[in-house]
Amino acid sequence: MEIVTVKIDGHDVQVDRGATILDAAKLAGVKIPTLCHHPMLRPDGACRICVVEVAGARNLAAACVMPVADKMVVNTNTPMVRQARRVNLELILANHPLACPSCKRNLNCELQQLALDMGVSEIPYEGRKRELEIDDSSPALIREPNKCIYCSRCVRVCSDVQSVDALSFYRRGFDTEVGPPPGVGLMDSVCVQCGQCAVACPVGAIYERSAVDDVWQAISDPKKHVIVQTAPAVQVSIAEALGLEPGLPMTGKMAAALRRLGFDKIFTTEFTADLTIMEEGTELLGRLNNGGPLPLITSCSPGWIKFVEHNFPEFLENLSTCKSPQQMFGALAKTFYAEKHGIDPANIYSVSLMPCTAKKFEAARQEMNASGYRDVDAVLTTRELVRMIKEASLDVSKLDDEEFDVPFGMLSGAATIFGTTGGVAEAALRTIYELVTGEEIPTFEYEAVRGLDGIKEATVKLNNVDVKIAVTSGLKNAREVMNRIKSGEADYHFIEIMGCPGGCIGGGGQPINGGSDYRTKRASGIYQIDAASTIRKSHENTAVKQLYKEYLGEPNSPKAHKLLHTHYTPRNRY
Amino acid sequence: MALEQVKLEKCTEFISDGMYHKLEALLQKDKKSPEMLIFVLQQAQNIYGYLPEAVLLRISEALDVPKAKIYGVVTFYSQFHLKPRGRNVIRVCQGTACHVRGVSRIVGKIKEELGVDVGETTEDLRFTFESVACIGACGLAPVVMINSDTHGRLTADKVPLILSLYE
Repeated sequence: MEIVTVKIDGHDVQVDRGATILDAAKLAGVKIPTLCHHPMLRPDGACRICVVEVAGARNLAAACVMPVADKMVVNTNTPMVRQARRVNLELILANHPLACPSCKRNLNCELQQLALDMGVSEIPYEGRKRELEIDDSSPALIREPNKCIYCSRCVRVCSDVQSVDALSFYRRGFDTEVGPPPGVGLMDSVCVQCGQCAVACPVGAIYERSAVDDVWQAISDPKKHVIVQTAPAVQVSIAEALGLEPGLPMTGKMAAALRRLGFDKIFTTEFTADLTIMEEGTELLGRLNNGGPLPLITSCSPGWIKFVEHNFPEFLENLSTCKSPQQMFGALAKTFYAEKHGIDPANIYSVSLMPCTAKKFEAARQEMNASGYRDVDAVLTTRELVRMIKEASLDVSKLDDEEFDVPFGMLSGAATIFGTTGGVAEAALRTIYELVTGEEIPTFEYEAVRGLDGIKEATVKLNNVDVKIAVTSGLKNAREVMNRIKSGEADYHFIEIMGCPGGCIGGGGQPINGGSDYRTKRASGIYQIDAASTIRKSHENTAVKQLYKEYLGEPNSPKAHKLLHTHYTPRNRY
Repeated sequence: MALEQVKLEKCTEFISDGMYHKLEALLQKDKKSPEMLIFVLQQAQNIYGYLPEAVLLRISEALDVPKAKIYGVVTFYSQFHLKPRGRNVIRVCQGTACHVRGVSRIVGKIKEELGVDVGETTEDLRFTFESVACIGACGLAPVVMINSDTHGRLTADKVPLILSLYE
């Protein structure tokens, strides 16, 4: 790549030709404010907040889309630039509701932050506030189009990163709207409820449907036995939302905080992640021995499941019939747990704490009632937990670490790594290898399936049979893998697919973090927890073994099938 | 499968009159070619007179273009119509000259005669009533076009007679 020299605010910086002014400025240590720009997305140049002066150019240039040229002279801080940015921002603000104190994104809003940074003290334009309908058709996400600033980040993430294409722009100019096709709610569209749009949104135009009030109400109801299961990706993601280092494991403090909030029992979804490995591992071995159908594809990610129901219904029988760990937990909580502890399942209020918005949709699926009740009553995202912590004025960093409760608090490191891409495959390998070969696995760390690459491949020898594995995250990558299978180009035996880029650590319910390396840090937190665990294989989880002995019999037994397995429904592609 | 049944039902109203076959013939040529979208939409609109939802769904499926993107295109361009169009299209000029020469009285009379507002279509599909920024025939102000006929120097009392010329 050719290197060019650009002068930014008087400093020479060398960058690849093809880089944008924004890239060059970053290298030069110059911060240019942005709004429609997002590190994960192709630049769009929609908001004109990043305008800069380019010597010799007639107009101000949008730094996020303007490519550099050799000997280009750029000034990012001139009176004209400051004035133009401010006017552009004021014009956006003039059409915005400015309902900050009651907005979900208050104090975590890029528009608000820009107004602060640019010293906006009044909005001199009248503007036009719109009165579009709020879309609350989905159990997972709420769209508030009046807050939309038309940056297109949700449209780009939905299309370019997820290839879901549920969202688009409609009409033109002042009449422009963003959302699913006109007259269609998110729930009735091809939206998979992954929530990546909510993470990408710079303002409060799309966000999770909150279960906080329902959960508070259950906690304050003396008749209710309120239990919570926590997904592995949450413990490494709350730190940053509380102002601590991203990726810092907070397992013990999280358990302590949940107890302070008033939950009766603190359990972990990692328990049923271990159970998933037993069920899904057995299923995989069965399919390998009985001629398929292969590849077997994981079913933990509800966004992925809805995606495959819409886009690849011909592959539904390739999906593992295993419910996700959340739903396995839900089914067991109101059966095994209720029986064992003599609690009327009607009085159990089962909450799950998830990095995910699609889990809210999954919990609401009609078939998720194997216990005879709705298996999971409420799903809280990581963001909602942080909100509850703040509502309760808890200083989590000052709490002493506490343990999960028995019996569903027992877990292995293999279950913890479910929280990041490659984790399910690695956990499955740790167990299957030993089940098949009868030998101890030579290493725990299976590097080929680790890391944040979009598509990873590996081959494992099990008793002289090469088992081909693929691991992917982000639905555009998933679509690519499925198309390879469809065309016959790939012949995997086992595929792990997670709907969100990076897996659950990058989930749509996670804290909103404008940085670019937070996924790596959260993943590293996950692997730290695994490395420090004494039990690192799912089949060595004693509580899981006990559950089979006391209640389920064997993996894939009829009882296990009734409670822990499910079926899928083809959905409309368009 | 149940899904296809739903699609078929949605499309049956179009099968009977042969339009559906024309649409299918059109789509055969441009299968899985998203870049043909605008052309296909134009042709489909020529067949149906507008773009019914079932037709858009069928195009979405045939060209492999997400429904959201199709609606993005259809709502962006004013040439596409999501609602049925009248057999005759009235375009009333909104230019300065027409405004000064009292086009609003003509608009009022047309509304009164047809019982529809600007931008709407009569229930019997006889007329669609639209406004345009300027027809460019200011010397004839106030001007109304019906289909390709220009009616200039119009007065409100001439409106009923002119409308009666179109069936």
